[in-house]
Amino acid sequence: MIELEGLTKRYGEKVAVDGLTFAVRPGMVTGFLGPNGAGKSTTMRMVLGLDHPTAGDVRIDGRHYRQLKDPLTYVGALLDAKAVHGGRSAYNHLLCLAQSNGIPRARVAQVLDTVGLTAVARKKAKGFSYGMGQRLGIAAALLGDPRILMFDEPVNGLDPEGIHWIRNLMKSLAAQGRTVFVSSHLMSEMALTADHLVVIGQGRLLADTSMADFIRENSRSCVRIRSPQRERLLDVLHDDGITVVEAGGGALEVAGGKAERIGELAARNGIVLHELSPRHASLEEAFMQLTAQAVEYHAHAGPEPAPRDWGAGWKGA
Amino acid sequence: MSTHQPPMPQAPAAAPDWQAAPGGPYPGYTSPIPVVRTHLGHALASEWTKIKSVRSTMWTLGVFVVLVLGIGLLSASLVKSNSGAESMSDQNPLQFGFFGLLLGSMCIITLGVLTTASEYGTGMIRTTMVACPSRGRVLAAKATVFFVVAFVVTLATSGFVAMIHASMLKDVGGARTPSTGDWLKATVGISLYVALLGLFSLLVGSIIRHSAGAITIMIGAVLAPLVIALFMASQSLEKVRQWLLEYSIPSQMSCFYDNSLSRSGPTGWDPLWIMLGLSAVAFAGAFALLQKRDV
Repeated sequence: MIELEGLTKRYGEKVAVDGLTFAVRPGMVTGFLGPNGAGKSTTMRMVLGLDHPTAGDVRIDGRHYRQLKDPLTYVGALLDAKAVHGGRSAYNHLLCLAQSNGIPRARVAQVLDTVGLTAVARKKAKGFSYGMGQRLGIAAALLGDPRILMFDEPVNGLDPEGIHWIRNLMKSLAAQGRTVFVSSHLMSEMALTADHLVVIGQGRLLADTSMADFIRENSRSCVRIRSPQRERLLDVLHDDGITVVEAGGGALEVAGGKAERIGELAARNGIVLHELSPRHASLEEAFMQLTAQAVEYHAHAGPEPAPRDWGAGWKGA
Repeated sequence: MSTHQPPMPQAPAAAPDWQAAPGGPYPGYTSPIPVVRTHLGHALASEWTKIKSVRSTMWTLGVFVVLVLGIGLLSASLVKSNSGAESMSDQNPLQFGFFGLLLGSMCIITLGVLTTASEYGTGMIRTTMVACPSRGRVLAAKATVFFVVAFVVTLATSGFVAMIHASMLKDVGGARTPSTGDWLKATVGISLYVALLGLFSLLVGSIIRHSAGAITIMIGAVLAPLVIALFMASQSLEKVRQWLLEYSIPSQMSCFYDNSLSRSGPTGWDPLWIMLGLSAVAFAGAFALLQKRDV
């Protein structure tokens, strides 16, 4: 379990991470979501004791990372796929990491096999593609068979097969009772892997909820309508107190789940409908809404708050 | 690992039986891999693998050996063919090892800087510090492994060159037979000094965190004082000039061969203590910065 308490990191005037408090629990994949520059990587570096927090605290099973006597068999992390000396072979890179934690040499070959790099084990890391580098980083994270795993943007640079593999890997690691903490800026990716979500924007915590709750709370639905008798339909809906917006291409949209009511109204008035489809905003849109609020909040501090059109995300869908 | 298993989202509060699970009060996965309490020995093994698994080590040390041996042989054969009967009367025949080691020290400086600074260039340092969160231990392991490698290679090379010089220049131009002190200084002494100079570079690399920058600083530190001193013709700067001549790194190195560029200043084993003091100060500085800064 990773516990953050009021974790804050300032670089001069700029606040990168602002009072984050949440816990990452074992037995599930926790998605750590935020737009670029939200402070995800800084947070992960603080968890691993690389950066010193300006304020607050982060503990791993009650201890600071630097107090761990067996760091790699406790926590495995993929931070930056290119955090490798290019002149060293994949095998030697993993070997020096294994030696630093007294991990048996045989594990090196095992993890190379797990990530599918056995064939290039003796090749220099600088010749690796981004995806291969990512796999090497994942191999390093798995080296100590740790109980806690942290992956910073693991799917970046992977091919579809690789993305599928890492998804299943994370799920199976969590199913074994491990703590899996994965950062991403792609909501769609998280929707497929994460059980729990922590969303940050501008370094602040925006949401800390289960995936299902997040979807329920943040998605908005609307009804899309097409009709050859457009003007009559508009009048009927207006009389019933239903607000309609133009959705482009001659279609109309009504916010909320009012499909049944609209269908009944159309039938009662003899209006032909070509389309009556309830739509749910995608998770990606829910995420953008949430993080856009953080951006707006920030903009109010400036001289002129930038107005934002909240519906823009799902109107275009 | 690729078999798909459904995740089991569970809140810890809902599963009190986890309290009894292995791993103490914190539930979770327990690995079959034996847990080892890490110590300096692990860090040393890791750094040894690192230093021998990159080509820059082979290059810098290879060039070092070629320079020291090549210049040593060349100077000895030149002296032998050009000396008169009394041209080297009462001189130490081992002194011609100096030029090769002066140039060769540039290679040791480069390797020293690369040992620390290259990890910052590649980002490897973050991987290293995650694997070993005790930053002092990482620095100590790097310093130890590098120092031993640099000392052993320099000792073997300078020892070999000293033996060649002793046999080639025996009785040439009336040179004296080197004493035990001469032998010790020209082998163990100069090797300790060059290895310490390399260690100092390693620490500068850790402070500067930039390979090219740290190498330039170190080569400048070796060459600049002597060059600056040569241009200080003014009478008013005579004292500064004298100090630079006496304490510049080439002058210090020449002490081990008794052919000091000046007659005053450090003598005998003094340079070793000077470099030891400098390295200790640099180590303290590098350690303090390593603790304080973010990786």
